[in-house]
Amino acid sequence: MKNLMFNKKLLSCLVIALVLTACKSTPMVDKPAPVEDRSTATQTAPKAVEPATTSVDTSGVKEVAIDSSATTGDNPLKDPNNILSKRNIYFDFDSDTVKAEYRPIIEAHAKYLLAHSNAKMILQGNTDERGTREYNLALGQRRAVSVKKSFNLLGVKDNQIETVSFGEEKATPNCADEACHQANRRVDIAYENE
Amino acid sequence: MLGALLVTTTASAALEIEISGGSAQQIPIAIVPFGQAANVNQLDISSIIGADLRRSGLFRVLETGGVVSRPTDTAQIKYAEWAALQAQAMAVGNIEVLPGNRLKITFKLADVLKQTQLAGMEYNITPSQFRTTAHKIADVIYQKLTGEAGIFASRIAYINKAKGRYALQVADADGVNPQTVVSSNEPIISPAWSPDGTKLAYVSFEKKKPIIFIQSLMTGQRTVLANFKGNNSAPAWSPDGSKLAIVLTYGANSQIYTINANGTGLKPLTKSSAIDTEPTWSPDAKWIYFSSDRGGKPQIYKVSSLGGDAERVTFEGANNLSPRFSPDGKFLAMIRSDGGSYRVALQDLTSGQGQLLSEGGQDESPSFAPNGRVILYATRIGGRGALAAVSADGRVKQRLSESGGDVREPAWGPLLN
Repeated sequence: MKNLMFNKKLLSCLVIALVLTACKSTPMVDKPAPVEDRSTATQTAPKAVEPATTSVDTSGVKEVAIDSSATTGDNPLKDPNNILSKRNIYFDFDSDTVKAEYRPIIEAHAKYLLAHSNAKMILQGNTDERGTREYNLALGQRRAVSVKKSFNLLGVKDNQIETVSFGEEKATPNCADEACHQANRRVDIAYENE
Repeated sequence: MLGALLVTTTASAALEIEISGGSAQQIPIAIVPFGQAANVNQLDISSIIGADLRRSGLFRVLETGGVVSRPTDTAQIKYAEWAALQAQAMAVGNIEVLPGNRLKITFKLADVLKQTQLAGMEYNITPSQFRTTAHKIADVIYQKLTGEAGIFASRIAYINKAKGRYALQVADADGVNPQTVVSSNEPIISPAWSPDGTKLAYVSFEKKKPIIFIQSLMTGQRTVLANFKGNNSAPAWSPDGSKLAIVLTYGANSQIYTINANGTGLKPLTKSSAIDTEPTWSPDAKWIYFSSDRGGKPQIYKVSSLGGDAERVTFEGANNLSPRFSPDGKFLAMIRSDGGSYRVALQDLTSGQGQLLSEGGQDESPSFAPNGRVILYATRIGGRGALAAVSADGRVKQRLSESGGDVREPAWGPLLN
């Protein structure tokens, strides 16, 4: 590979404008695609509020549509006057250190969890969009774990906490400044069935 | 009637392709418009074949408009006319309508200088197989004239985000004929082709956390491969398709596991307190390469696929991520960052020498074409995701962008026969 050289001079530049005509026919079928669960954890079939569609095109690809159902309802955790409605913990660049200013929020949620042993918290890690998606998923997880450890120190057991990561998937795209990136580097506190 | 039917199969194009650069020595080839009956005259098989060859950067497709004769078989070729065009090779063929809504496509490849036939094929197809057949003909030409396998009939998978919805799509290698495999209003990432090309593994956030699914392309049937506490991500098929390397977290940092493709036999592979992720198998299945920050910044490491101690692989570049093997196992493509920019790099695993291949700021997800000549990757153009490809020698570059879409996470599928 010694002679790997960029040919920076563009020998030719060619644009092939492909015909963009939508004539794909997608008949409706009345059953969503079946889901088999082969993992050890319990899992329910995804609720397809949109019917699965299939294309008459031939390369043998069957289309599946998913829609997750968000349930909403009365939730004391969301009382805007309660500190429990505060759900965001922000991080410095390349850091998973939980800053002291978030201690009141973490203490309030820890108190709630200790008082409600059936409540299950989900800590959702997030990153800015720089870097690769899977690695950012791992970085977001590390932040979620860091927050979980703060809860552990306050006596909350692991069976009430799940740490997950969205990586960069929920990041505000095309950040122009550091404040925007900063807003993406956070752990969100959520509760099961919220 | 037949003509009208055929038009629809060629019309659902979505990705636009822009090519720059080219090999120093391009093979001049004439693709003579195929003979065809009046009821199939909307088809232009020769332009699909020509576009495939041109896109490889290895061919100069000659303008044939100035030549009066239109041979459809080698016996009709007046070689002097084509030698005058400087053609070294030429393709001729014919499309015929058969009863039962089928087509017969014949194709011959000739050496203009030696005046001999290099290849001859006949395809009896349904109208819906028309584009695939054109790509197969381009593959035959490419293989005969370069000695390497063609990739035009292979397919690519990628995620297209449009109007807030995420779709895992599969398209022909030229970006035409995109079909949605699965769509969701939550993110989908990390599509990975099974080695036989019949299934895709991917990570879906439809349950507000990353879960790995495997989906059959033919039936649409989805199975959950891994839904353990914490994250389930980064699926990578073993070369024989029997297992996958995956990344799980439970309540701690990302670690690599192996699991049978049917969801049984979960085994931990790495045990560190650092991040271990983005696994990929060596083509001989002996090693799993992955990214890890166990040394501080992320670098590529390797571990036996049976487990054991990990060994560092990359030393050039401040950060190295997303390792991917060339099909012959001799090169490793990866994403390298020395500061602000993330770019595709290629490392020769024998000599250890590396080379940057892309020039973007946020390039991601390198994926080798099945013949190893081209690396497909995700880039950003005007704030939106687009796909790009670069030849492994860095000479030929292509960009594929979808109007109105945000395209990312490409994965080049295997050769199918």
